[in-house]
Amino acid sequence: MPRLRMRICLSAALAGAGLILSGCANPSVGSDRDDPTQPVTLKFWHGWSNPAEVKAVDDSIARFEKLHPNIKVKTVNNVTDETVNQALRAGGDDAPDVVSSFTTNNVGQYCSSGMWVDLDPFMKKTGVEKAKVFPKTFLDYTSYQGKQCALPLLADAYGLYYNKDAFKEAGIERPPRTMSEFKRDAAKLTKRKAGGSYERAGFMPNFRLYQNSPDRLFAQWGPTYFDKKGKAQLAKDPRTRQFLATQRELMDAQGGYAALEKFRTTFGDEMSPQSSFMSQKAAMHMDGEWRGLMLKEGKAKFDWGTAPLPVPDDQADTYGRGYLTGTVAGIAHNSKHQNAAWELVRFLTVDTDQVVRFANAIHNVPSTFAALTSPKLDADPSFRTFIDIARNPHSQAMPPSINGGQYITAFQDFAYNAEAGKVPDLGKGLRDLDAQIDADNLQSVN
Amino acid sequence: MSLVESPERPAATAPRPKAPALRRKHRGQRLRTLGFLSPWLVGFSVFFGYPLLATVYFSFMHYNQIQQPSFVGLRNWKYVFTQMPLFGPALWNTLWLVVVMVALRVVFGLGIGLLVTKIKSGVGFFRTAFYLPYLAPPVAATVAFVFLLNPGTGPVNEILEALGIPAPGWFNDAAWAKPSLVMLSLWGIGDLMVIFMAALLDVPKEQYEAAELDGAGAWARFRYVTWPSITPIVLFAVVTGVVQTMQYYTQALVAGKLASGVTIGPGTVIQPGYPDHSTLTVPQLVYSLGFQNFNTGAACVLSLVLFVIAMAVTTLLMRKRAGLLPAED
Repeated sequence: MPRLRMRICLSAALAGAGLILSGCANPSVGSDRDDPTQPVTLKFWHGWSNPAEVKAVDDSIARFEKLHPNIKVKTVNNVTDETVNQALRAGGDDAPDVVSSFTTNNVGQYCSSGMWVDLDPFMKKTGVEKAKVFPKTFLDYTSYQGKQCALPLLADAYGLYYNKDAFKEAGIERPPRTMSEFKRDAAKLTKRKAGGSYERAGFMPNFRLYQNSPDRLFAQWGPTYFDKKGKAQLAKDPRTRQFLATQRELMDAQGGYAALEKFRTTFGDEMSPQSSFMSQKAAMHMDGEWRGLMLKEGKAKFDWGTAPLPVPDDQADTYGRGYLTGTVAGIAHNSKHQNAAWELVRFLTVDTDQVVRFANAIHNVPSTFAALTSPKLDADPSFRTFIDIARNPHSQAMPPSINGGQYITAFQDFAYNAEAGKVPDLGKGLRDLDAQIDADNLQSVN
Repeated sequence: MSLVESPERPAATAPRPKAPALRRKHRGQRLRTLGFLSPWLVGFSVFFGYPLLATVYFSFMHYNQIQQPSFVGLRNWKYVFTQMPLFGPALWNTLWLVVVMVALRVVFGLGIGLLVTKIKSGVGFFRTAFYLPYLAPPVAATVAFVFLLNPGTGPVNEILEALGIPAPGWFNDAAWAKPSLVMLSLWGIGDLMVIFMAALLDVPKEQYEAAELDGAGAWARFRYVTWPSITPIVLFAVVTGVVQTMQYYTQALVAGKLASGVTIGPGTVIQPGYPDHSTLTVPQLVYSLGFQNFNTGAACVLSLVLFVIAMAVTTLLMRKRAGLLPAED
């Protein structure tokens, strides 16, 4: 009898706990029934932190508030994706209405989880034809499986910065266009001290340097990460091995992985005057368009130029391509003012004048057709290089995935081992990597 | 007396008239006990019981903390144990740190405690000097260590190279990263030093005098007088050390992040474990899975694994007294 009573009590406790737990797992619900003409205060969280960039955002908000006197916007700067994610999970009155992310990697995750709302109904309501406004590449990296849960808020293109003085000294006339030229020039530009240690690397190819994530350099090969069924196919794509082999050759041409890795630890912070290119510890450097502004503001002590990154010798006709990514903006799933929030997102991402002014202010690549061809756009040739990379039809962005950037991380981990010579059988390693990516993706399916 | 007659109770075996009163008294006692226990009961239920139940519940669910959870059976468990290559390294690193770090911390803590209690002059200075590093915030201490041990520009390697000693890569070398973390934790040994000092100063002086009269040397005095007196404190240090090290997170994450040279800021996804997952611990993996990959189910599985291991190790230590004391019946 007591045992029966205990069982009944235990069952009741477990059932109660289950009810409580499933209740606690209820996400807060937003609303798209609000009237955007009514007075409202929106919260906009973004990642910019540099004073000039924050001022550019605040100026944009001031222009928006002038156009929409009933909408006030409270901005919070220097917010990371993880902070945004936690705020959107927790919900509450202090959670943001309009959100942004500095990376396109997580868009798939935001769309598939419903964390950022689908913007297609809002575009339909307000007559925005996205295919006419945004280039396809940008639309691809802001959507997942037909769900447009983000829009591009300026873009980033990756290219080559090169030290013209070092080139002159080494007798090199122009920046390299093919990978074989790249290896040859990198070796020529490498300078050593009397003791054998590095004074300057021609190009630091190691994947752990600043923006040298393997997926960025790999874009020069035009890879296909997933097949039509969504299965990873890095092992099947011969370009993967070509890319990894080229990267090793680039290292070997300049002294090998270990020596370069040790030299890398002497570089200063990426955003400081002690960064490798700024301090002339590297003659060539892969980076985004923002580096040009930093070089100007930092008054670089050498003459420098920009160019697209080299391409594989057998794809010479694609020269001019590069890796594309960018900031994305969207509406939080638990925002109670989604129509008003859409007005802000629309202004920031679609309004040509706003996009051009903002792009000029923070030295980013505009993300609409109209803004890319605007005569008001910064005419600086070093910046124009990146505009051309963004326009190039061969330029690539990372494909969105159900679990965001998890497959990119897996690829990075593999590439770190490969560059260090820790993958004896590259074929098997890539097959295992594909299996890992597929398992991770399956794990994220609801 | 026929069988059909209802038997009457004899007066001698009268009903228990005090039963209701007793019941009331017992109920009162139970309520009083529960009343006194309630602060702990509430705390335990809210901060331990419920989270533990929730962790078990979500380990069988697909849940991204946005949509409703859906039951997936053992999928999360299968994923963690068979399809997650980082689980092995993370568990190995955690257990390595538990064994090496806890053992060395106890040895160093006790050693410094013994030294400081033996010093005749300047005791205050040495106590302060050894205790101060413990007060440094873990993040600040880690940043300082990464700077000092930078293989390219750090002063430690510059000195070693000047002396002709081969300089390790420290936090940038997979073989040296964990030992570097152990060094960092030994630098902040002040907490254990204080506990051991209190224990050592508690050992009765008469026992030392008696041992000396019996001709015991320094080692014999430590072996037969000091050690038996401080074993409960050593056991405390070992058990709390194991539990704390099982949750090792901040220093490993900061050291890996800084040594890797990754620029920290919005848009940067920090992958823990640099270099080559050598500093990846289970708590870091839990965070990465739960909050970066929206994979709450697998994160809960990992948390439960960590909980079970911590419980098992602690129970074993408590039952066997870590080999320091004879086990109680």
